[in-house]
Amino acid sequence: MPRPDAETSSSSMLVLPKAELGAVIRRLWDEGYTVVGPILAQGAIVIDELRTADQLPIGWTEEQERGTYRLKKRGDRAYFGFTVGPHSWKKYLFPPKLTLFTLEWGNDALAVHPSPEPVPRYAFIGVRSCDLHAIEVQDRTFLHGPYPDPHYKARRDHALIIAVNCAQAAPTCFCASMGTGPRVDRGFDLALTELADVFVAEIGSDRGRALLDGLSARIAGPDELDAARRVVEETAGQMVRKLDASDMPGLLYENLEHPRWDDVAERCLSCTNCTMVCPTCFCHATEEVPDLAGGRSERVRQWDSCFNPEFGHVAGGNSRPEIRARYRQWLTHKLASWIDQYGVSGCVGCGRCITWCPVGIDITEEVAAIRGSAEA
Amino acid sequence: MSTVAQRSPAQIDPATDPYCPHPAIVTAVDPESPGVATFSLRFLDPAIQAEFRYRPGQFNMVGRPGVGEVPISISGAPGEGSGLRHTIRFVGRVTDTLREIQPGALVLVRGPYGSHWPVERAGGFDVVLIAGGLGLAPLRPAVKALLADRSRYGRLTLIYGARQPADLLFTTEYDAWQRQGMELLVTVDRADASWRGRVGVAPPLFRKIALDPARTVVMTCGPEIMMKFAIQEALSRGVAKSDVQVSLERNMQCAVGLCGHCQFGPLFLCTNGPVFSYDAIERFFGKEHF
Repeated sequence: MPRPDAETSSSSMLVLPKAELGAVIRRLWDEGYTVVGPILAQGAIVIDELRTADQLPIGWTEEQERGTYRLKKRGDRAYFGFTVGPHSWKKYLFPPKLTLFTLEWGNDALAVHPSPEPVPRYAFIGVRSCDLHAIEVQDRTFLHGPYPDPHYKARRDHALIIAVNCAQAAPTCFCASMGTGPRVDRGFDLALTELADVFVAEIGSDRGRALLDGLSARIAGPDELDAARRVVEETAGQMVRKLDASDMPGLLYENLEHPRWDDVAERCLSCTNCTMVCPTCFCHATEEVPDLAGGRSERVRQWDSCFNPEFGHVAGGNSRPEIRARYRQWLTHKLASWIDQYGVSGCVGCGRCITWCPVGIDITEEVAAIRGSAEA
Repeated sequence: MSTVAQRSPAQIDPATDPYCPHPAIVTAVDPESPGVATFSLRFLDPAIQAEFRYRPGQFNMVGRPGVGEVPISISGAPGEGSGLRHTIRFVGRVTDTLREIQPGALVLVRGPYGSHWPVERAGGFDVVLIAGGLGLAPLRPAVKALLADRSRYGRLTLIYGARQPADLLFTTEYDAWQRQGMELLVTVDRADASWRGRVGVAPPLFRKIALDPARTVVMTCGPEIMMKFAIQEALSRGVAKSDVQVSLERNMQCAVGLCGHCQFGPLFLCTNGPVFSYDAIERFFGKEHF
């Protein structure tokens, strides 16, 4: 195995032959990480355990539009020649269903036992800029509030991130207008830009650098750096959708009775898809699941949605009984009150809610409609 | 390269886990009105009991093993026994199971959570409490705290309305509260044969009381429609919006600002509320289905 020379151990931009990605994945498993990344399954590119580089959707891409997602063969062997699918990394950091603790009781005794769930050390491969920003957004919810969530923290603290700069934009993408991409700018251990035969790898941490130790990485030359830069520029140039996110609290708070809410309520099915695919939506319900034998139960939390009719349930009734109120809550929270709560928008421009809406509701179009005929 | 442990087990300490409740024993059950009872509780762990401190207006999450947990305001007063006292209406899946429990039963409690009534800040002020129905429960600790330090305040008034005489809470305490220096204006929507008091809604009673609007704090808890009119009455008397304190209710499942259910615009009722100055919620208060 070649030894890393002094130069590669100090430069932050290296070149890695594509074939070496398999060695990186193997090394991560050997180090005890649970490696997850994009794979082909269920007719889509989803995120799941990744044992070998062969499982990546090499040579595949997808067509996305409002309410549409179709896999498609590329004419090449690109490893990351696609954008984002229905899954995001929140399914690992904030699992869809998680036992918080278990209870055990009998005569005159009641005990609370900590969560029995394993906490894997994750290595994420193929994280896009929008999703890196989404992780930062969820960090603000789960780590930086008055009561940090220990379950999120346990998973987040050790997660290793290998990001990928997008080499194409889907028609549903609008990260450029949200200031969240397409170039990966922070929060990664390694960031890859895919060229024809190699990855240009930007080192983001000592842990990321150590991953390439002993592999045939070399310092990137000016042509390679230039090519890598062009990849992201071209992606930004492809982006057709945009969202004018200026003064969203002002716009939406002043337009809570705008007729567009009635209009969108006619189309919205309140199916919750947008909130399930959204990489920042964090609402969850807790439920107690008793053991059939009695004397034991689990307190389980699972993803909830402000589109679920029970979401607003209180003893006296329902605070949001109709779809108009629920869509208004979702959009107003995502784009306006999120900023008041966390200092950033809840939208990272990934476009998932547009693709996966069964009736093709487009968040950028709804905002534009309200902005175009705002009441104040 | 450093080695990383294979699938390390969860290292989550219940002591720092905001979701983990603590077992508590029911020490007394006092029926209040049809479908409502007051439960006195004590934490099983003496250390947790000793450390338990709360302010009037705060709430706990109260749970039944195998059933779930719900937010319940604390109706006990600091210094009153263990202080852990909850007045609960049997109205939902969880609270329904409390109907049959007896002293000695074990429940789960975590808290206290949320903001509190500005009892200290009201020093030197007239204080008007205006409650509807079960809304007197979270105000009871404020009543007790104000009366425990009676000389610090100006005029103290409690306006209280319930649907019918049988629904009035804490009726055995009214004489003592009046003796200690609080004026009570009690009304019911529908009288029965035994009722000799006022009939009608509570907010207009505001007009009957003497107060110095520049030095008055109003604290209100009850159905939103009642509070809406109570706020109008207070503002029309010239009380400042920031001196009108409102306790709101929404679906609440985590109590720690994470589950999202209790959002009210930018506010989380569990961590920013449930008690708000009216000026903080004015923009959204009363918006239909918001």
